[in-house]
Amino acid sequence: MRQIAIYGKGGIGKSTTSQNTVAALAEMGKHVMIVGCDPKADATRLILNAKAQATVMDLARESGTVEDLELDDVLMTGFKGIKCAESGGPEPGVGCAGRGVITAINFLEENGAYTPDLDFVFYDVLGDVVCGGFAMPIRENKAQEIYIVTSGEMMAMYAANNIARGILKYATSGSVRLAGLICNSRMVEKEIELIEVLAKRLSTQLIHYIPRDNVVQRAELKKQTVIQYYPDAHQANEYRDLAKKIVENKNFVVPTPITVDELEDLLMEYGFMEIDESVEQAKVAV
Amino acid sequence: MEITKENTQKMIDEVLEAYPEKARKKRARHLIPNDPDAGSTCGLRSNIKCIPGVMTSRGCAYAGSKGVVWGPVRDVINISHGPVGCGQYSWGNRRNLTSGKIGVNNFGMFHFTSDFQEKDIVYGGDKNLEQLLRETRELFPDAKGLIIESECPIGLIGDDIEAVARKMAEELEIFVVPVRCEGFRGVSQSLGHHIANDSVRDYVLGKRELKEKTPYDVAIIGDYNIAGDLWASKKLFEEMGLRVIATWTGDASIEDMALTNHAKVILIHCYRSMNYIARHMEDKYGLPWVEYNFFGPTKIKNSIREVASFFDDSIKEKGEAVIAKYDPLMQKVIEKYRPGLEGKKVMIFVGGLRPRHVVGAYEDLGMEVIGTGYEFAHSDDYERTFPELKEGVIIFDDATQYELDEFVKKLKPDLVGSGIKEKYVYQKMGIPFRQLHSWDYSGPYHGYDGFSIFARDMDMAINSPTWGFVKAPWKK
Repeated sequence: MRQIAIYGKGGIGKSTTSQNTVAALAEMGKHVMIVGCDPKADATRLILNAKAQATVMDLARESGTVEDLELDDVLMTGFKGIKCAESGGPEPGVGCAGRGVITAINFLEENGAYTPDLDFVFYDVLGDVVCGGFAMPIRENKAQEIYIVTSGEMMAMYAANNIARGILKYATSGSVRLAGLICNSRMVEKEIELIEVLAKRLSTQLIHYIPRDNVVQRAELKKQTVIQYYPDAHQANEYRDLAKKIVENKNFVVPTPITVDELEDLLMEYGFMEIDESVEQAKVAV
Repeated sequence: MEITKENTQKMIDEVLEAYPEKARKKRARHLIPNDPDAGSTCGLRSNIKCIPGVMTSRGCAYAGSKGVVWGPVRDVINISHGPVGCGQYSWGNRRNLTSGKIGVNNFGMFHFTSDFQEKDIVYGGDKNLEQLLRETRELFPDAKGLIIESECPIGLIGDDIEAVARKMAEELEIFVVPVRCEGFRGVSQSLGHHIANDSVRDYVLGKRELKEKTPYDVAIIGDYNIAGDLWASKKLFEEMGLRVIATWTGDASIEDMALTNHAKVILIHCYRSMNYIARHMEDKYGLPWVEYNFFGPTKIKNSIREVASFFDDSIKEKGEAVIAKYDPLMQKVIEKYRPGLEGKKVMIFVGGLRPRHVVGAYEDLGMEVIGTGYEFAHSDDYERTFPELKEGVIIFDDATQYELDEFVKKLKPDLVGSGIKEKYVYQKMGIPFRQLHSWDYSGPYHGYDGFSIFARDMDMAINSPTWGFVKAPWKK
């Protein structure tokens, strides 16, 4: 069983990318479970073709304690037999979402959700490793491979570098490794080059570049992955490629995060030159 | 060993030898031979985080707020907000006596907790807290206040207990006081006292009017009525013609606490835990405050005169009358016990005010304090301590169990006065011991009534024939 965690800046497309990739893996005959680690609980809706599934924490709240829950209550089966669980958690501004992730994963473990027939477990984790709770999936005996979803936008890369720092912390004390960057394109100029350089600096690889395609949004509106909604689409093949690369991937590293200065130099070199020139021109015009 | 500054410093250095260098350096600043004329702290450091690896006797902010300041109030319900352990293990272990009818208008022995579960951590406990407050009010309609004492997780998950308190105070029409005493705040229980003082200041003080005022209205602050200490003290102030309008917080009513600002003078016993509110009342209401010491007839006599000096001649006369009435009785107590206690040496390690306040009581019995220290004092406590003791007496701040053991072995006191955690260690060493936190299931020790019990207990501890039977099996 390979356990994989997907991290990345909020809104970068982690859930969409991971669900499409998981759907492609299921299509290949792999047994996969998704564990959503975000109070928004949107990590499984495209697989279950449903609005949002009942989460571990919501059900625990209703029944009083986590101990009162049954695995069947929280583990759903969706597209091509993919198992789905969501940790759930509070609305923004109250309580402790991080603790929710810890509680939910402990529950799944203790109640036998991790069956030996599973080939992959995917953890889809909230934006950034803001506290210990969101690092739960990369602690000992959980995910060993981390993929960071990013784009060529500055803040996404900044977050990616930050996540690499989090991984480094746990990599030195455990077996978690960075397995690659996934570029979910935002049509930024020189995006591939930029992410490739960042990947190199982090001692990892750009495992796949996913071009932007509106078919993804159309499928999402139908609460489906592209794989399910429009299996012949070019975009479906992109996810199949990514799935295949993940299956074959052996490039697992202890990341080497860079400093903020280095990151900004990188952006100057590849991304912002034109912008700076236009600013200069604007100044001249005034 | 003759007690001189040099000898004591030598002893300290020997004891410190056992520590690694860094720990030795740090601990060295907390141990000094006394200089009664120092006037300042002579470099003694205090109110600093304990070093790792030692056995300390300190508590936490929650212990200070709930256990010390709010716990003794009789007509409120204390709610430990968080998981059950903090409430359970702080329940009913300080012997703060209360009057009234239990469960009706006296909740001293009651304790409530919101009993946090995983779901409360993840989703927050505000709604449960509201519900709990409502139900508690319904079950105990005569309770005058609900005190919410935060345990650690509340501070971590950011529950807004202040908002809940404001809302529920309005709805339930009684005092609802949020106390942000999460245990991780500060270095000891001392910050908890401060936090609790501030919560009284912000949510209670000045919220009630005193209907009939007299020129002799006082409030007793910093007496927690351990084994009836407050009652033994209050009656003396009343005998000298003063009217005690509020007590903090031994046998206290929150309604009285709320009108304390109408007192003429604030009388403060435990300076450490309540100087904050005294200073606040001085600033805001111009109220004078005076520290007093009701341990042993000498200090009591001085204190009565000191307190009386704030009032007119009638009070001064009555104060003298009180002294004249009780002093002969006290002389009889001294006559009875002093022969058996004369010259006996005592070491003290407790909190609050006792490491300095009990010195006079021992001296009244002919005993000598050869070492004293505080668990959580600040520099102002030490400044008040130095003049009470002879030169060269060892003063220890936040002593570790190891240090205390070593000092006891070297100084060979006839009596050690400390807490339950120390008690059996020293008794097993064959050294008489009295708990000076809770008076060892005895008391009261305050006031004239207290002194006769104090004297009897010390005599019983030291002169008990039991010690003659203590013999190691291998020495038979």
